[in-house]
Amino acid sequence: MTVPPPIAMLAELTHRCPLACPYCSNPQDLLGREAEMTTGEWADAFHQAAELGVLQLHLSGGEPAARPDLAELTAAAQGCGLYTNLITSGIGLTPRRLDALEAAGLDHIQLSLQGTSAGLADWIGGYKGGFDRKMKIAAEIKTRGIPLTLNAVMHRHNLDDLERTIEMAVEMGARRLEVASVQFHGWASRNRAQLLPTRAQTEAAKRIVAEAEQRLRGVLAFDFVPPDYYADYPKACMGGWGTAGLNIAPDGTVLPCHAAQTIPHLDFDNVRSKPLAAIWYEGAAFNSYRGTDWLPQPCRSCDRKESDFGGCRCQALALAGDAGAADPVCRKSPRHQAVLDLLEAGSTGDGGGFVYRRAAG
Amino acid sequence: MKLALAPSDRPFLPRGVRLAADKVRGGTVLLCPEKAIALDAIGEAILSRVDGSTSFKEIVAALAVAYDAPAEQIAGDVQRFLAGLRARMYLAVRP
Ligand code: SF4
Ligand code: SF4
Repeated sequence: MTVPPPIAMLAELTHRCPLACPYCSNPQDLLGREAEMTTGEWADAFHQAAELGVLQLHLSGGEPAARPDLAELTAAAQGCGLYTNLITSGIGLTPRRLDALEAAGLDHIQLSLQGTSAGLADWIGGYKGGFDRKMKIAAEIKTRGIPLTLNAVMHRHNLDDLERTIEMAVEMGARRLEVASVQFHGWASRNRAQLLPTRAQTEAAKRIVAEAEQRLRGVLAFDFVPPDYYADYPKACMGGWGTAGLNIAPDGTVLPCHAAQTIPHLDFDNVRSKPLAAIWYEGAAFNSYRGTDWLPQPCRSCDRKESDFGGCRCQALALAGDAGAADPVCRKSPRHQAVLDLLEAGSTGDGGGFVYRRAAG
Repeated sequence: MKLALAPSDRPFLPRGVRLAADKVRGGTVLLCPEKAIALDAIGEAILSRVDGSTSFKEIVAALAVAYDAPAEQIAGDVQRFLAGLRARMYLAVRP
């Protein structure tokens, strides 16, 4: 296949975060501050990304506000013409830091929501007082008119509050609401029994989103990621492995998706030692599952392969034990029973307490 | 809310939505929150006239002249394109 240039890049500036969400997509081996790239190294990576064809830059983490140089990094990204989006819990932002970010040209904020009340949100995020601080910064964002998306990560413990979540997005002046069902990678895979929604919740969520989409036309746009365990077919991973986007981990490791490091046989390059263009076009990890030539059966003879590329590699590894297999979420997968078993197990018993996302030791 | 624009509505790109040249692939893109839309020549011609002071009717009239096509036909195309952007909140309107 001819490899297209990437459109989007997710920069995981840091793994540090005051919150401890049990579904965090960061790896279970969290990197410390000493491993993080410097301001100059990030600025150089942004410059290379823009030259390579990246249009959208997502500043993420961890909590990107844990980096004192966040405004400087934003200015560097803007200097290369990148559309700059800040993905944040809001904790660590202040009016003064928002001043600096606006002055640096930040285009958009994506604010995460753990729950609709302090009790629920602080329990899920594992951080007392987090909800109140988030609401203060949300009000500040609204007053300034910074374009806002609310990102609500949904699971068994907050799906019943979906209607209130939608109301809150409107109250905050968000233009867009992402109703993002937990994906079972990273920390979420350790909390699966606690987080798996029920089938009834999944059906209700689809109904509520469809109704609200109609009612709030021109007020709030929706992006809905339904829980994929209940789907018939998998989602395309990131618009296709090595096709639309890339991630850079805090230490400069370049990844095809944020969970790719769970696939042990892949070798990842580092932007500190190799040009980003060479990593994208020639890197072994990017070429491993690119396109459709590598696909096994049943995907090889399936007409959906050009749209879902056989689904998620990390999920195939986690649930079928083989990163090169069809995503077991697919009902045509010979390993689909593994998903049905997990649903069965998840619907009985409450799975005990959360394993919070915290650094070891 | 109706997404269709009235003839006197004056559309504009809200903060956080902007046109940019795509230096690597060529052409013009509409950069939006977490989305980049590659524009074809028609899309670009429409959006280059979207400035918050030109009305829908005036945009259609200008395009009808530029493309030497009937205004009714142009109006349908422009309406579909702009209402689609408005549904995603990539376009706002002044009455
Ligand atoms: S998911 Fe939660 S713990 Fe993970 S980075 Fe985001 S706010 Fe922090
Ligand atoms: S068989 Fe493979 S390509 Fe077809 S829907 Fe399932 S995962 Fe996708």
